[in-house]
Amino acid sequence: MSPRIAKALIHGLLIGGAIVALFPMLWMLSVSLMQPGQASALPPPLLPAHVTLHNYQQLFLRAGMGRYLLNSLLVSSAITVLSLALNLMAGYAFAKLRFAGRDALFQGVVGMLAIPAQVAMLPLFLMLKPLGLVNNYGGVIVPAMASAFGIFLVRQYARGIPDELLEAARIDGAGELRIFVRIVLPLLKPIMVTLAIYTFLTAWNDFMWPLIVLTGQEHYTLPLGLASLAREHATDTELMMAGSVITVVPVLVLFLALQRYYLEGLLLGSVKG
Amino acid sequence: MNRQPAAWLFLAPAAMVLGVFFLLPVMGAFVLSLTDYDLYALADLHNLRFVALSNYWALLHRPLFWAALGHTVYFVAVGVPLSMLVSLCAALLLHSPLARCKPLFRTVLFAPVVTTVVAVAVVWRYLFNTKYGLVNYMLGTIGIHPIDWLGNPHWAMPAIILFAVWKNLGYNMIIMLAGLQAIPSELYEAARMDGASAWRQFRHITLPMLAPTLLMVGILTISGYFQLFAEPYIITEGGPLQSTVSVLYLMYDEGFKWWNLGSASAIAFLLFAIMFAVTELMLRVGRKEVEA
Repeated sequence: MSPRIAKALIHGLLIGGAIVALFPMLWMLSVSLMQPGQASALPPPLLPAHVTLHNYQQLFLRAGMGRYLLNSLLVSSAITVLSLALNLMAGYAFAKLRFAGRDALFQGVVGMLAIPAQVAMLPLFLMLKPLGLVNNYGGVIVPAMASAFGIFLVRQYARGIPDELLEAARIDGAGELRIFVRIVLPLLKPIMVTLAIYTFLTAWNDFMWPLIVLTGQEHYTLPLGLASLAREHATDTELMMAGSVITVVPVLVLFLALQRYYLEGLLLGSVKG
Repeated sequence: MNRQPAAWLFLAPAAMVLGVFFLLPVMGAFVLSLTDYDLYALADLHNLRFVALSNYWALLHRPLFWAALGHTVYFVAVGVPLSMLVSLCAALLLHSPLARCKPLFRTVLFAPVVTTVVAVAVVWRYLFNTKYGLVNYMLGTIGIHPIDWLGNPHWAMPAIILFAVWKNLGYNMIIMLAGLQAIPSELYEAARMDGASAWRQFRHITLPMLAPTLLMVGILTISGYFQLFAEPYIITEGGPLQSTVSVLYLMYDEGFKWWNLGSASAIAFLLFAIMFAVTELMLRVGRKEVEA
């Protein structure tokens, strides 16, 4: 095969793949701007005849989408901040502090990665009920405040911190907490950004556990609100697409802005053992 | 100097969260699966009885459990190889020295991974619509009759598989791309000097060098695909004729719709056991292959 044909073939395939990857999202955006009913026609229209924000208006005024959006922001931000703090501390301890049983304990953390979260969901629900955490933001936030994956990721990264740096600070008489805040945290900044994006996206997109623990609409996150709308308004294509846009756009923007960190973290996290 | 106390202070918060809200419930799940915890026990714990393994026994005699397991295995057995093949092709294309604008293509192909599964599943539900859906419209332009994707029990699972391949393509692509980039280029240069064709280079250099990456990606993808839930919940609601009820879907219904928490825990544990066995098998066979 001549290089020119090969080149054309490769680019043809890449462009084709890119179209398939993007098309559903572009279609979603386009239909969300159509007037109710316009999408259900033959041939299926690709662009709105008259651009309207009617569907978005309906979602925020009638369907409580604003509330879901705020809930999602609140829950995802709280999980990100809290779990970042806990995972950073634990990951650093595993990487740089010596204590009895460290390796065995870390093996335990790695072992946890193999247990699917769903196994814990039924008893967790029963545990949280008497604690008053069912149908409550806390029910989503509290169990997500630390993650084996986050600890693993931080530990892998923190191993690169030179011991001499920490020893020098100790000789100068700095306490362990001070060393962590002043010396370690600045060095962990890249992995902090990575873990923060990863955690935020995971929390934002999470569906099964919030569906179980949030029983009332007033606490619904966007995916739950959207899922319940999809069952009530199955035939309102345009309205549903507007709801999907509101749900997806924040995470897409976040990813596009910080994708370098996200992709690096993905590779670091996948190199296990 | 003794730094043990400091270390434990750093560890304690995360250890408590993981211990109390993850490990304890995991162990609790096993205990729960040995009881008849149901709506009556939820109201008054005195109604709770220890039933040993009879939840498991009952499940093994329940056609719906086997059906759900069958659907999940179908999704894994077709979806995982298809997903990995498509991701590998994308990674090879992006790795080719002839390709231009690589960062752009990489970002675009990866974008579906970060989207909210519920939101894009809603989108695909409309794309798969029999009458107005664009999937059938496109097929129509090449002369294929409309397929009742979500209304026909034979087509619903393939539709969900197509959706999953689209959604997850980028994730494995990125890991495979990193694997490809780690292969020393001298190997290819030497092969070219010996006059090896592109196919032979792929077969005898790329594939063996990429094998450890493929094994890892395979295991991660299989565990992920066994946890099928949101896709059928949104796209088909388990239908038509329960043809897309997955194991987790059954667990969810059993536990939180009918409040048979004992039986639902048994379902969760059986799924976990199956996933564990498959992963273990792949690791054993895979390690042998990689070493050989």
